Amino acid sequence: MKILVCISHVPDTTSKINFTDNDTKFDTNGVQFVINPNDEFGLTRAMWFKEKQGATVHVANVGDASSEPTLRKALAIGADEAIRVDAPATDGYFVAKQLTKVAQDGGYDLIIAGRESIDYNGGMVPGMMAAMLGANFVNTCINLEIDGSDATAVREIDGGKESVKTSLPLVIGGQKGLVEESDLRIPNMRGIMMARKKPLHVVPADAAEAHAATTSFEKPAPKGAVTMVDPENLDQLIDLLHNEAKVI
Amino acid sequence: MSVLVYTESEGGSFKKVALELTSYAKGVANATGGDVTAVSINGGNAADLGKYGADKVMEINDATLETFNAKNYAAALAQVAKAAGAKTVIVSSSANSKYLAPLLAVELGAAYAPNVVALPESTSPMKVKSTVYTNKAFAINELKTDVTVIGLAKNAYGLQENAGAAAASAFAVDLAGDNGVAVTSVDKATDKVTIADAEVVVSGGRGLKGPENWHLVEELAETLGAATACSKPVSDMGWRPHSEHVGQTGKPVASNLYIAIGISGAIQHLAGINSSKVKVVINTDPEAPFFKAADYGIVGDAFDVVPRLTEKLKQFKANNA
Repeated sequence: MKILVCISHVPDTTSKINFTDNDTKFDTNGVQFVINPNDEFGLTRAMWFKEKQGATVHVANVGDASSEPTLRKALAIGADEAIRVDAPATDGYFVAKQLTKVAQDGGYDLIIAGRESIDYNGGMVPGMMAAMLGANFVNTCINLEIDGSDATAVREIDGGKESVKTSLPLVIGGQKGLVEESDLRIPNMRGIMMARKKPLHVVPADAAEAHAATTSFEKPAPKGAVTMVDPENLDQLIDLLHNEAKVI
Repeated sequence: MSVLVYTESEGGSFKKVALELTSYAKGVANATGGDVTAVSINGGNAADLGKYGADKVMEINDATLETFNAKNYAAALAQVAKAAGAKTVIVSSSANSKYLAPLLAVELGAAYAPNVVALPESTSPMKVKSTVYTNKAFAINELKTDVTVIGLAKNAYGLQENAGAAAASAFAVDLAGDNGVAVTSVDKATDKVTIADAEVVVSGGRGLKGPENWHLVEELAETLGAATACSKPVSDMGWRPHSEHVGQTGKPVASNLYIAIGISGAIQHLAGINSSKVKVVINTDPEAPFFKAADYGIVGDAFDVVPRLTEKLKQFKANNA
């Protein structure tokens, strides 16, 4: 089985979000970039398929050279090869189009992407890839088993979960649950040394027009001060929620 | 120049988000010109959508669509969108709509803008404001395609009554038999409010000291008709299921009221609940960062404050019933 794990290169979850150039660009100053958490759960599940079922695991990213350390980290965790499509990740459609080309060229059976990246939160890349590839698609996937060309998966739905049966070729929009937080791997020295020798292919972008362009960013309006309520005067809280906030 | 809106239903009646989406679609149609066409799949009473501005309701009643399947639902919506000549298709942020929207966008050759928080800033070109960086910021996106799919963020617009004729007509869809993904079982608590639909969410953190104390959260939630949720450490330690984890890597919450008990307010947690309108924080530590993000705060011990608050709310509810 050949697995492609799509890796988004995103600011660490603790990052302070600021913008530069008249609020048109993300301020990367002092920001640590990481593998998108939703992708990392998928990558770790792919490692399980590699170790238990002999799968080959490649990782791919659409971005400039600054995302290479993130791809190297994925190699250090255990992926066999990495592919970087050399183009800025302008919008979800463009990224899906590029990754679809990578997937077609590599002939992958299983493609795992995160349900969304934690920067743009678009959540469209896995679904668009599935549609472009004509592959089956399970989103918000919290459990995945592969047996030959058959797959069983569990999908999180609003208020519960559902089990599904499907088959390869398959695209997964993954999240926590594919593996547990405690299963995530920190690359060891041997992995890091080996990652340096593993192939990282840089391929040119396929011709495609982005569907959307961000013209500017805004930060939320600053919040008003908190109203503190005495724990001995809970009637005041109820009064405030009822008469001032009007939420009960 | 029709605006199409996918109105979700459950158990034969429209969900509240369907009414919110119809209100929003009417707002978009006022800006673009044209009418509002709602698509109802095995749905409720068309007149309900008329109250919020639907001019036409396309009713699809098809046994194949009895259970949700993203591919089939996307195909059905694409067929209606093409037949109606829709330029804008509005979908919600439910798990199902987020599942089908990218498939629909590819089918229609449309740009898809998810997590949109307001009416378009302009309609020619189409420019919309979306949350990004998990609610830490907004982006204004210009959509470059002729047809667009807009995903409205949870609880972002509210209900607005509008007069609409809601002229219902049946629409027959042509679906391929095999859709590739078959549901084998569904595990869903039908008697509980879900985080996605809840107007009030009560959430607990490590300050509750252990899963055995969760009755405090549950009793308060029950009194308020609220969903229960938890912080990341609580789900990581297995005190509560992952499905209750709210935050940057968990579920986003966009309720009207969010009550956090014994949660310190890590930046990742705050990102996930930023879209909630009113936040109440109960914590023993007056220095907890959550107080800076709260509207109302109580410095106190959850084990003392929460049971008394629950009692007082029960009385309040009884008096205001």
